[in-house]
Amino acid sequence: MMPETTYLFGGLLGTLTVASLVSTLLSARAGTPDATLVNLDERIKAWWVMIAVLAAAILAGPYTVIGLFALVSFAALREFMTLTVSRRADHWPLFALFFVALPIQYWLVWTNWYGLFAIFVPVWCFLFLPALTVLRGDTENFLYRVAEQQWGVMATVYCISHIAALVWLPIAGFEGRQVLLVAFLLVVVQGSDVLQYVSGKLFGRHKLAPSVSPSKTWEGLIGGLVLASLLGATLWWLTPFTPLQAGGVALVSCLMGTLGGLVASAIKRDRRVKDWGHLIEGHGGMMDRVDSLVFAAPIFFHLVRYGWT
Amino acid sequence: MSTESFFARALRRTAAAGFAGLARTITGVRPVWAGTAPSAKQRIYFANHSSHGDFILLSSCLPPAERLRTRALAAADYWSKSAVRRFIATDLLRSVLVERDREKRMGDPMQAMLDVLDRGCSLIIFPEGTRNTETEKGLLPFRSGLYNLAVARPEIELVPCFIENMSRVLPKGEFLPVPLLCRVVFGAPIRPEPDEERRAFLERARLSLAALDPKEPRS
Repeated sequence: MMPETTYLFGGLLGTLTVASLVSTLLSARAGTPDATLVNLDERIKAWWVMIAVLAAAILAGPYTVIGLFALVSFAALREFMTLTVSRRADHWPLFALFFVALPIQYWLVWTNWYGLFAIFVPVWCFLFLPALTVLRGDTENFLYRVAEQQWGVMATVYCISHIAALVWLPIAGFEGRQVLLVAFLLVVVQGSDVLQYVSGKLFGRHKLAPSVSPSKTWEGLIGGLVLASLLGATLWWLTPFTPLQAGGVALVSCLMGTLGGLVASAIKRDRRVKDWGHLIEGHGGMMDRVDSLVFAAPIFFHLVRYGWT
Repeated sequence: MSTESFFARALRRTAAAGFAGLARTITGVRPVWAGTAPSAKQRIYFANHSSHGDFILLSSCLPPAERLRTRALAAADYWSKSAVRRFIATDLLRSVLVERDREKRMGDPMQAMLDVLDRGCSLIIFPEGTRNTETEKGLLPFRSGLYNLAVARPEIELVPCFIENMSRVLPKGEFLPVPLLCRVVFGAPIRPEPDEERRAFLERARLSLAALDPKEPRS
């Protein structure tokens, strides 16, 4: 076990313990159960589970991390495709998304075949999905249906697989420690979501995008980004970065994460649903938890790949 | 409850648990108890029908004890066509097979249903009578069996159950399922009014089921 993992998970354990204590105190002080506090309590309990699963995967090694994110992609893809307008003629392409495209993409990560990993979805899937769809001869809403399949596989399989692909990045002097980059990205981007939520609740006044996501505010965004960048800088020891670089990479990743959250909100609003699903108590679906990572992961991956390999 | 052999019983219970687990893995199915709660009372569940997966999905939402005593009504003309189908329908799922075509009926289908109810089983029926391939156009007209059962056994609750999305997971004519999230919405039990006509009751039952459709987010 690397000393870094001990410090990291020790720190997360402490943070969660404090969060659970605060939540219990707030509930006790409020007396009558309040919807926001009940939700807060559920969210923190779910965080315990998510962090335990992540810690177990990271301690078990790179292959377990790849397997874990294949499951995350599966759950997210299922939520995404549930909200599409797919017709009966889309049965084969949909089946292929889950049982051909997703396994191949993660097999490419598993075997570290970077050249095909980088183009498999945007070239092979994007050409073969409409080809498979047209075979059934149903042209109603064709462009719309194909676009939804392509966006679904792009967001939930291709983008999320970049988190797993971090484990093989050939960074000089960092061999065997790349799983720590996975931990860094997840802690910083998920931390930014939490810090934006907290800053927004405490200081939020001016709405950021009222027609898309009414609860987001400029104060929440800026406060969250500043704090998350500082968090990233203080976690530099998990990465091949200097503290300043770590803060910069964290800032870019969290900005992308915020955009991902806004895009996901727009899709949900369009389809008139509040959450993507019900997989994670208090949070909603898997996509509700990973929407920011969908945008942050590929950019983080390529920043590191360009700058440090 | 029956003269099943130990082996047949073990096979059926294993199959039931396996199918329920598979249904949950693929569809993440969630029961929504909107108009009623899970109950140990004997019930007749009536549901919309668009897929072979409907019975398995619905029964996987029931509490385990209720699931074991709940049987589905299935079409003999379809499920007796080959040895494989007959094995799945009668041995694995223990469905009650009735002939839809009046001309070919050997016994009284009503009697077969009442026999099952009188043995204490709950029953799942699909009053549309066939798999609906145009679910976007609403439910098909209900067949009379639901009314006849309600009149013959007025003490048994009739629970409407709306199965969401199964028509997309496993449509008619496909045999490989696509993983999409499903819900089963259980509505408030209904019963025929003292002087209610057959047609009026069937239409009311149909509307009570249609009303459970969770607001369609898809355009």
